[in-house]
Amino acid sequence: MDNVLTAKSAISSPSDVKEVATFKRLATRTETEQAGKTVTVYVDDQPVEMQPNDSAAAAVLTSGLRYGRTTTVGNSARAPYCMMGVCFECLLEIDGIENVQGCMTTVQEGMRIKRQHQARELSGR
Amino acid sequence: MNTTASLSIETQQNPNAAGAQSSYDLVIIGAGPAGMSAASTACQHGLRVALLDEQPNPGGQIYRAIGQTALQDEKVLGPDYYAGRQLLADLHQALDSNNAVTQGLLHYFSGSMVWSIEQDQSVCFSQQTFAATNSADSENSGSPVKQTSQTNPMATSNTSRRINANKILIATGAMERPVPFPGWTLPGVMTCGSAQILLKQSALAPKMPLVLAGSGPLLLLIAAQLHRAGVEISAVLDTTPKGRYRKALKYLPGALKNLPLLKKGLELLLELKQAGIHYEKHVTGLKALSCSDGQPSVKAFDPAKPDMQPIELLQQVEYSVNGKIHHRPCQTLLVHQGVVPNVQLSRALRLEHQWNTLQQCWAPEKNTWGRSSHADIFIAGDGGGIAGAKAAEYQGRIAALKIAQTLGYLTEDQLLKHAEPFRSLLDKQQAIRPFLDQLYQPADEFLTPADDTLVCRCEEVTAGEIRAIAAKGIAGPNQTKAFCRSGMGPCQGRMCGLTVSNLIAEVQGKTPEEVGYYQIRSPIKPLTLEELADLAQ
Repeated sequence: MDNVLTAKSAISSPSDVKEVATFKRLATRTETEQAGKTVTVYVDDQPVEMQPNDSAAAAVLTSGLRYGRTTTVGNSARAPYCMMGVCFECLLEIDGIENVQGCMTTVQEGMRIKRQHQARELSGR
Repeated sequence: MNTTASLSIETQQNPNAAGAQSSYDLVIIGAGPAGMSAASTACQHGLRVALLDEQPNPGGQIYRAIGQTALQDEKVLGPDYYAGRQLLADLHQALDSNNAVTQGLLHYFSGSMVWSIEQDQSVCFSQQTFAATNSADSENSGSPVKQTSQTNPMATSNTSRRINANKILIATGAMERPVPFPGWTLPGVMTCGSAQILLKQSALAPKMPLVLAGSGPLLLLIAAQLHRAGVEISAVLDTTPKGRYRKALKYLPGALKNLPLLKKGLELLLELKQAGIHYEKHVTGLKALSCSDGQPSVKAFDPAKPDMQPIELLQQVEYSVNGKIHHRPCQTLLVHQGVVPNVQLSRALRLEHQWNTLQQCWAPEKNTWGRSSHADIFIAGDGGGIAGAKAAEYQGRIAALKIAQTLGYLTEDQLLKHAEPFRSLLDKQQAIRPFLDQLYQPADEFLTPADDTLVCRCEEVTAGEIRAIAAKGIAGPNQTKAFCRSGMGPCQGRMCGLTVSNLIAEVQGKTPEEVGYYQIRSPIKPLTLEELADLAQ
């Protein structure tokens, strides 16, 4: 654990998990054709403005958060990898439903996206 | 015809809608170039067709979001992408309720994930069901919901249903070859295809510094597209091994039949060179590292989970050129080693598959009409062997015509006459493949990675573990599931299947063909119990 604290470059404090560097929006057609039309979703309760055709996985990538889940086996961090529904690395909790493929889910107004940490906890719901 | 983003498309969204039937002449799975062209062609000849697709909009991956393209500047993706608009326009025409020929014959099911095909040719799929207001409307009117690019369908839950097919066309396309190398699971490592999807669908550019690494036409294309979009590329690391051009030369005469495509490849290389992008040839020893140069491993804690172990993130890429090790800082590493058929459905159907040595992948057996080892199941597009988007389109048409003839909608003579032009177009597309396949065959370090490399991303199994199990004399990939759970995570072996077969073959001195592949079983994607129970009602 010591090396965590001595690391000088890049990430060294908890707040830095959220970085400034993120996926950047280029000039869009939708912007010109339907100006002002955006969708607000919440990634771990933080509001993120998205375009209507974006996926929930894209919302995680643009939110500035650098990973979307940690694995059930080794608790290692993962982020979207294939964006086409085959790798299952973008599994997210979306509107209360766990293990949803984020890249296969279109954003909608008010969508609640939560990152998943390790294995799900059986709450007896 | 130049269609625009405002196109609307009718989609069967309510399973109970009066328009949705339960029996079709032809059920097509996948709405990429093969599925779209097959759907338009089949209903032109009078077949009742269901077109099922996982994505919210037609296009597949190559023409992803072609009806809702996000980028303002069309020069970024180039004319080959926007050529998909013609296929979309044809599909719209076929779906047009005023079209005298195809009226009511084609039903398009968007957001529909096929999870099983049964012995009796019934197709089980789970469809996203939409907001209460929409579904209430369609229940009342009995007509399909009109979905436009402006409306945002509310995915409230998924509902399963079953439809019956006389013939089935699998057009599930390709996926990028999973590229195992040390560190490939770190957040920040993504496929080149994923970056392209983000450009097409969302006009999103990856965070920088950005490095691209791998081999194949798509690597160069995406580098060029990102550059045109104004994204700064720190380096392109080409892992194509030395001597490949020489090896591929014997296939050059075939490739010369498709000069325009060959020319495009050279133009891409030139474009990258003129752009001044740092380009390294014959790169080996690719590693994604979570530490910065000379620094101990950089980790971070998640404030939301203070008790959790530190998180490892991509910080730099390590690679060798001529035996010398280099490091480059990067936040995004895009990797690519070609594309392979997505065989999940054809495997689950127990169709015969063959190992393609040149392409280093499996492909389902099919004849020149696209008929698989099962008389009622056809395959078109890259799911039956990699040949590209144009080939997929022609294969879709040829298979649809053959199915029309088989069902009595065309005579034998009509079939031959209609199919002939597409055959010659297809031949031209396929002629260049052996050259490309040989040239861009992945380097051994990606086919049979080093022992410490994770192979199964889901269950976190390394190449070393697979080798150790293989050395014990296991009978094949299915035994690795029992020994170490490889292939048993949510991706159901999609990410590790090829590598596991290759590793066993390497250790046991066999060919991948002799080793075989995972037994894939339905449901081919994870389902909720509710989605399964829908069919019992």
